Amino acid sequence: MPAVSKGDGMRGLAVFISDIRNCKSKEAEIKRINKELANIRSKFKGDKALDGYSKKKYVCKLLFIFLLGHDIDFGHMEAVNLLSSNKYTEKQIGYLFISVLVNSNSELIRLINNAIKNDLSSRNPTFMCLALHCIANVGSREMAEAFAGEIPRILVAGDTMDSVKQSAALCLLRLYKTCPDLVLMGEWTSRVVHLLNDQHMGVVTAAISLITCLSQKNPDEFKTCVSLAVSRLSRIVSSASTDLQDYTYYFVPAPWLSCKLLRLLQCYPPPEDGAVKGRLVECLETILNKAQEPPKSKKVQHSNAKNAILFEAIALIIHYDSEPNLLVRACNQLGQFLQHRETNLRYLALESMCTLASSEFSHEAVKTHIETVINALKTERDVSVRQRAADLLYAMCDRSNAKQIVAEMLSYLETADYSIREEMVLKVAILAEKYAVDYSWYVDTILNLIRIAGDYVSEEVWYRVIQIVINRDDVQGYAAKTVFEALQAPACHENMVKVGGYILGEFGNLIAGDPRSSPLVQFNLLHSKFHLCSVPTRALLLSAYIKFINLFPETKSTIQEVLRCDSQIRNSDVELQQRAVEYLKLSSIASTDVLATVLEEMPPFPERESSILAKLKKKKGPGAVSVNELEDGKREGGELNGGGERADSSAMAASNASTPSPSADLLGLRPAPAVGSAPPSAGSLLVDVFSEGSAAPSAGVNDDGFLSSAPPPPAAAAAVSEEPAPPLPEAEDLLNKFVCKNNGVLFENQLLQIGIKSEYRQNLGRMYLFYGNKTSVQFVSFSTTVSCPDELPTQLNLQTKTVEPLIEGGAQVQQVVNIECLTDFVDAPLLNIKFRYGGALQNLTLKLPVTINKFFQPTEMLSQEFFQRWKQLSQPQQEAQKIFKAGHGIDTEVVKAKLLGLGTALLENVDPNPENFVCAGVIQTKAQQVGCLLRLEPNAQAQMYRLTLRSSKDTVSKRLCELLSEQF
Amino acid sequence: MIGGLFIYNHKGEVLISRVYRDDIGRNAVDAFRVNVIHARQQVRSPVTNIARTSFFHVKRANIWLAAVTKQNVNAAMVFEFLYKMCDVMTAYFGKISEENIKNNFVLIYELLDEILDFGYPQNSETGALKTFITQQGIKGQHQTKEEQSQITSQVTGQIGWRREGIKYRRNELFLDVLESVNLLMSPQGQVLSAHVSGRVVMKSYLSGMPECKFGMNDKIVIDKQGKGGTTDEAGKSSSGKQSIAIDDCTFHQCVRLSKFDSERSISFIPPDGEYELMRYRTTKDIILPFRVIPLVREVGRTKLEVKVVIKSNFKPSLLAQKIEVRIPTPLNTSGVQVICMKGKAKYKASENAIVWKIKRMAGMKESQISAEIELLPTNDKKKWARPPISMNFEVPFAPSGLKVRYLKVFESKLNYSDHDVIKWVRYIGRSGIYETRC
Repeated sequence: MPAVSKGDGMRGLAVFISDIRNCKSKEAEIKRINKELANIRSKFKGDKALDGYSKKKYVCKLLFIFLLGHDIDFGHMEAVNLLSSNKYTEKQIGYLFISVLVNSNSELIRLINNAIKNDLSSRNPTFMCLALHCIANVGSREMAEAFAGEIPRILVAGDTMDSVKQSAALCLLRLYKTCPDLVLMGEWTSRVVHLLNDQHMGVVTAAISLITCLSQKNPDEFKTCVSLAVSRLSRIVSSASTDLQDYTYYFVPAPWLSCKLLRLLQCYPPPEDGAVKGRLVECLETILNKAQEPPKSKKVQHSNAKNAILFEAIALIIHYDSEPNLLVRACNQLGQFLQHRETNLRYLALESMCTLASSEFSHEAVKTHIETVINALKTERDVSVRQRAADLLYAMCDRSNAKQIVAEMLSYLETADYSIREEMVLKVAILAEKYAVDYSWYVDTILNLIRIAGDYVSEEVWYRVIQIVINRDDVQGYAAKTVFEALQAPACHENMVKVGGYILGEFGNLIAGDPRSSPLVQFNLLHSKFHLCSVPTRALLLSAYIKFINLFPETKSTIQEVLRCDSQIRNSDVELQQRAVEYLKLSSIASTDVLATVLEEMPPFPERESSILAKLKKKKGPGAVSVNELEDGKREGGELNGGGERADSSAMAASNASTPSPSADLLGLRPAPAVGSAPPSAGSLLVDVFSEGSAAPSAGVNDDGFLSSAPPPPAAAAAVSEEPAPPLPEAEDLLNKFVCKNNGVLFENQLLQIGIKSEYRQNLGRMYLFYGNKTSVQFVSFSTTVSCPDELPTQLNLQTKTVEPLIEGGAQVQQVVNIECLTDFVDAPLLNIKFRYGGALQNLTLKLPVTINKFFQPTEMLSQEFFQRWKQLSQPQQEAQKIFKAGHGIDTEVVKAKLLGLGTALLENVDPNPENFVCAGVIQTKAQQVGCLLRLEPNAQAQMYRLTLRSSKDTVSKRLCELLSEQF
Repeated sequence: MIGGLFIYNHKGEVLISRVYRDDIGRNAVDAFRVNVIHARQQVRSPVTNIARTSFFHVKRANIWLAAVTKQNVNAAMVFEFLYKMCDVMTAYFGKISEENIKNNFVLIYELLDEILDFGYPQNSETGALKTFITQQGIKGQHQTKEEQSQITSQVTGQIGWRREGIKYRRNELFLDVLESVNLLMSPQGQVLSAHVSGRVVMKSYLSGMPECKFGMNDKIVIDKQGKGGTTDEAGKSSSGKQSIAIDDCTFHQCVRLSKFDSERSISFIPPDGEYELMRYRTTKDIILPFRVIPLVREVGRTKLEVKVVIKSNFKPSLLAQKIEVRIPTPLNTSGVQVICMKGKAKYKASENAIVWKIKRMAGMKESQISAEIELLPTNDKKKWARPPISMNFEVPFAPSGLKVRYLKVFESKLNYSDHDVIKWVRYIGRSGIYETRC
C-alpha cells in the first residue's frame, strides 16, 4: 500500500483488509467480498459524485479484491478518472489499477492513452515518471504503438530531469523487448549513445541497459559506444571509492554500472583504435590488481560487488581472447578462487576456467590447477560444483594429462551423482578415444567404464569401441583377451556381454591358442551369460555362436545342440526363433566355404566423427561451453579417427541422432523404404553410430552388418530442390480417375498416401485431403500448397488451411480445401507437397481432381422438352462431338453408373433408341449457369462410342467432351 | 478397503489421522490438503484421485472428514461409513466442530479403533458402542463385572444392537417420519424433477427384548394384503390415494430382511434409544407444499423488476413454518428496493440474493413480494445466468403421502402388551433443494 500521510490514510481499506484476514474460511471471505463489492457498486452508481479520496479508496479495495483472485468487472472508469487527478496518491492508485487490471483490448485504452499523454507532456517530473512506469508495466504492443515515438524524445531532451530520463530509458527498453519493430532509434541513435557521458550515474546505468539491448540487435549502429564505454569505465575504475558518493557501494565505485559497461563491451570485438584499447587493457589490469588488494571491508556485500566486476572483466578478457598476459592473470586469479570457502565463487571460477581452457594462451595456465580441480571433483559437497569440475577436467584434458584425468574421472564415476553419470560416461569415452596413444589403454578404459557404470553406457559408446577394435588390427588380440577376462567376473553388465559376444565372435580365434581360453571355454563362458540377457543381446549372442561355428568347426556340434534346443528354436520371440532356425539350417546345409564367405570377418568401418560427441552435444544442448571447446579441440583428435570427414557433420549429427531407429532388421527381411535418399532408418542401427545421413548401412556395427553386408536400399530419385516439382507424369491420369467419382486414393507411393473425399453443391465444393505417413518415421517440415496455374485463379477460387508441419510415423493429417467455381475452367489446380523424410527433401506435385463437371446440377426433363432444347443449342460451336473406341468393353450398367457419377441426370425414355444414353444438367458457376445436354451412342458391334455434347458455352462443351471421352 | 481416515479443520490442519494400512503414507495427509482443501478452484467432487490414491470426503460445518484408500473400494460403502462416523461422533459429543474434536480426540481414536478394523467397517451402532466405549462424555454407568463380561458376547452375538435386561417403568416409543422434498420447476410451472427422500426415525424406550412390527401405506404391502384380506381393506387400497409407491428403501440392520422379502412385513427387535429404522425415496404423486411463481422483467440495462408469488398448497388447518425464499440478484446489483406483504425481506449483498422470511403460513394462502433491482453497467459482456429461486420451509405432514398404519410391540417374556406402550407419531416435511427457475 502506498505510504500515506496523516488524514490520507484509508481507514475503510484497512478495516476491509483486516476483516478479510480475520475470515475463518473461504466462504466467509467470499461473503465479505460480495458485501464489499455491493457497497462499492452502490457508491459507483451513476447518480452520485464521489470525491477523489473515496474514489481512490474504492479503487484500492477493488484492486485488493482482484489480487485476492476474484474477478472485477467494473470500476475501470473510476480508475481512469483518477488519472486526471492532481494528487500524487490518487494518480498513483489509478496507474496501479490500470497496469494491473486493464487489458490491452479494452475500450478505455484510448482514454488511458490520453491521460498518459497529458502526464508525459506535463512539466511535473513525478507525473511523467508515473506515466512512464505505467507504459512499461503494461508494455503491450498498443502502448508501444502509441508512445514509441514520444519516449526517445523525452530521453534525449536537454531539459528532462534525470529521474525522468532514467525511467524513460528503462521504459523504452521494455517496449523494445516487446516489439522491436516499433521502436526505431534512427535519428536518436547517437544522442542515446552520448547518454553514456551523462553527468548523472543513474541515467548512465539505465541508459546502458537500453544500449546493450539495442546494440545486440544492430551492433554496427552503436559501434561508437565502445570508446565512450571504455572512457567511462576507466573513469570509474580509476576513481577513488569516495568520488562517486551515492554510487559507491561498500567501497566499490558503481559496481552495477561497471558490470553493465563490461557486458556492453562483450558485444563487440576488441577496439581497433590503439589508444582505446590501451585504455581498456589498463582498466582490466586495474580491476585484476584491485582483486589482489586486501578487502576494504569485511562485509560480504563488498566482496560480492568486487567479485562481480572481476568476473565480468574476466568474461570480457575471455571474449577478446587476444591478450595472453591478461588471460594468464585471469587464470591465476581464478585459481585462487578455486580454493575459496565461498561455494558460489568456486562454482563461478570453475565455470570461467572452462572457457579459459579453450583459449590457446591460457590452456597451459589452466592445466596447472589440475590437482585442485581433481580435488574439487572428489571432495566438493555441492553436486553442481562437482559437475563444473568435471566439465573443466574435460576441457583441460590434452594428450599430456589424458591418462591421469581419465583415471580420475573413472574412479570418481563409482561414487558420482546419478544425475551426471551418463554425461560423465560419455566424456570419459570421448577423452579416452581422443587422446588414446595406445589402443590397449583405450580398450581397458572403455571396458572399465562398462564395468563401473554399465547402466549409463549408451549404445554409442560400445558401438564405438567395437568400431575401433575392428578397424585396428593391433588391438584385436588384446581386446579379445581382455574381454574374455572381463566376462569371467561372476556378474557382468549386459553391455559387457554385448561387447564380449561381438569381439569373441570376430576375434575369438586370436586367443583360442591358449588352453585356458579354448573355443569351447569361450563358448561356454558366453553361453553362461545368455539366459540373463535381454532379447537384443541374446540375438547378438546367437550371431556370435554362428560365427564360432565358422571360426572353430570343433564347436559346431555343441552350438547346433544349443540352437536346436526348444528354448531357442521355439522361442516365443520371433526374432530369436528365426535366428535360431536360420543359423541352424545355415550351419547344417552350407559347406565350409560358403559358411566362411557368409560369416567372414567384418570389413573395417569407414572413419567418421565419433557419434558419442553428437550424443554429448544433444545432452548438453547447444551453446554449452565445453562442447564448443570440443570443436576446437578436434585438431588434436585426429589420431584415432584418421582425420577426414568430421568437419561439418555436427549439425547433421544432432538431427540424425534424433531420428528413431527401428529395431534391428534381420538380414534385411523387412522391406526397406525405397524412396528418399537412403533413409537413415533403413534397417540399421548404425545411423546412431555414425553421424551422417548418408551412412552406408553395410558398415553397421549392429548385428545385421555383423553378419551380412546388406546393400543399401536403392534410393529413388527424388527432386531435392526447394522449387515445387513439375507435376508428376501420371498426374493427368490421376485426374481422370476422379472425373466420375468424388472419393478415393489420389496418390500413393512407398512413403505417402493421399486420400480424397469431396462434396459439391452448386458452385461450391469442399475437398478433404488426407495425407497418410506410411513409414514409421515422422515427416518434418511438411507443407502443402495449392496453386492455380495460368488463368485459373480468375476461374476458380481455392482456399486451404495450412497443415501441421509434422506427421508422425503411421499417422494421418487432414487438410480441407474450399472451392468456389467462379466461371467455367479447363485446367486443374496443382497441389504441391513438400516434406523431409529422414533429412531428404521430398517434393511432388499433383493435379487436384477438380473438374468442371463437379459443379453439375442434374436436371430432369421429358423427351419433348429435351429435344426442344437440343435443337435450341444447334449452333456448331455449341456442340462437341467425339467418336472413340470403348476402352473397357460396353457394359450398360457401368456406363450408367459413370454418367450418374458425372453429376448429370440420366434421362430414361428420351431417345427413341433405347441403347443410347441421354443426360441433362446445369453447370453452376458463380458468374453464370451453363445448361448441358449429353448424348452417348454406343455401337456394340464396333465397340465404339459416339459422344455428343451441347451446351450454351462452347468451352464447356469441349472440355466436357474431352473429360468424358477418357472415361469409357 | 479404507486405508486411513483423516479429519481436518477448515484451515487444512490435521486434527485426527488414523492410518489402517501400510499403503497409505503420511504424505497422503498433505496431498489431500494441497489438492482439495487448499485447491485454487473449489473441489466439487466428493471423490478425488491423487496419484493413484482415492480420497473420499464429506464436510460437516468447517470440518473435513476424508477416507483414503489405494484399493478399488465400494465408494457408496465408504460414504455410508463416513456418515455413520459423523452420526456416532454426534451421538457421543454433540455438534462436530473443531473445538469438540480437539476436546474428544482420545475418544475419537478409540472409536476409530473400534469401528474400523484393518480398514473394514465393524459395528458402528451407537447404542452398542456406548456400552463399552465410555469416555467422560458419557455418564459413567457403573457397570457390574457381570455386565462387562456380557458386553463381548452381546456385541459379537446375533442381536448386537441391543443388550438384554433393559427395564423401563413406562414403555414408550416415538416415531418420526422426516422427509425432505426436492423440486426443480420451470418458470411456467412445469415440474422438471421432483423427489422425496424420507427417513423413519424411532426412539424406543421399551423393556426386555420386544418384537416390533411396523406397517405403512406402501402400495405393494397394501395390494398384497388387499388380495387375501377383507373386502374392507381391499376397498381402501383400490381408492389409490391411501397407498404410495416407494421407489427404494433401506432398513436398519435390526429389520429381518428375509421376512420383508417374503411377506413384505417389517419386523424387528429395536435397539434401545434413537436410531433410523428405514430410509426411502419416492418420485410419484408428491404433494408439493409450495408453488413459486416468479416474474422477472429487465427494464433497460440498469434496472430489473422482480415479482414472486408463493402459494401454499395443503390443508388450511396446517401451518408451514420457517419459510424462506431466496431470490438471486445479478452480480452487478448496486441497489435493491423490496416490498412484501408478509414476513420480512432483505437484500443480502454478501450472498447476492434477496432473502424473504415468513415465520408461519397456513395452507391454501398466497403471498407476494416485489423488488426493484438497480444495476451497475459493466464492461463485461456476459449475460446474467438467472439462477433459480430457492425456498426453505417445514410442514407438519409427509409430502410423499406416507402414513404409519401401525406399530405393534410384542414382548412375550415380560408382562406388558401392545396396548400398554405409549406411542407417538410425528410427520415433518422439509425442503431439500426446492427450486424454481425464473
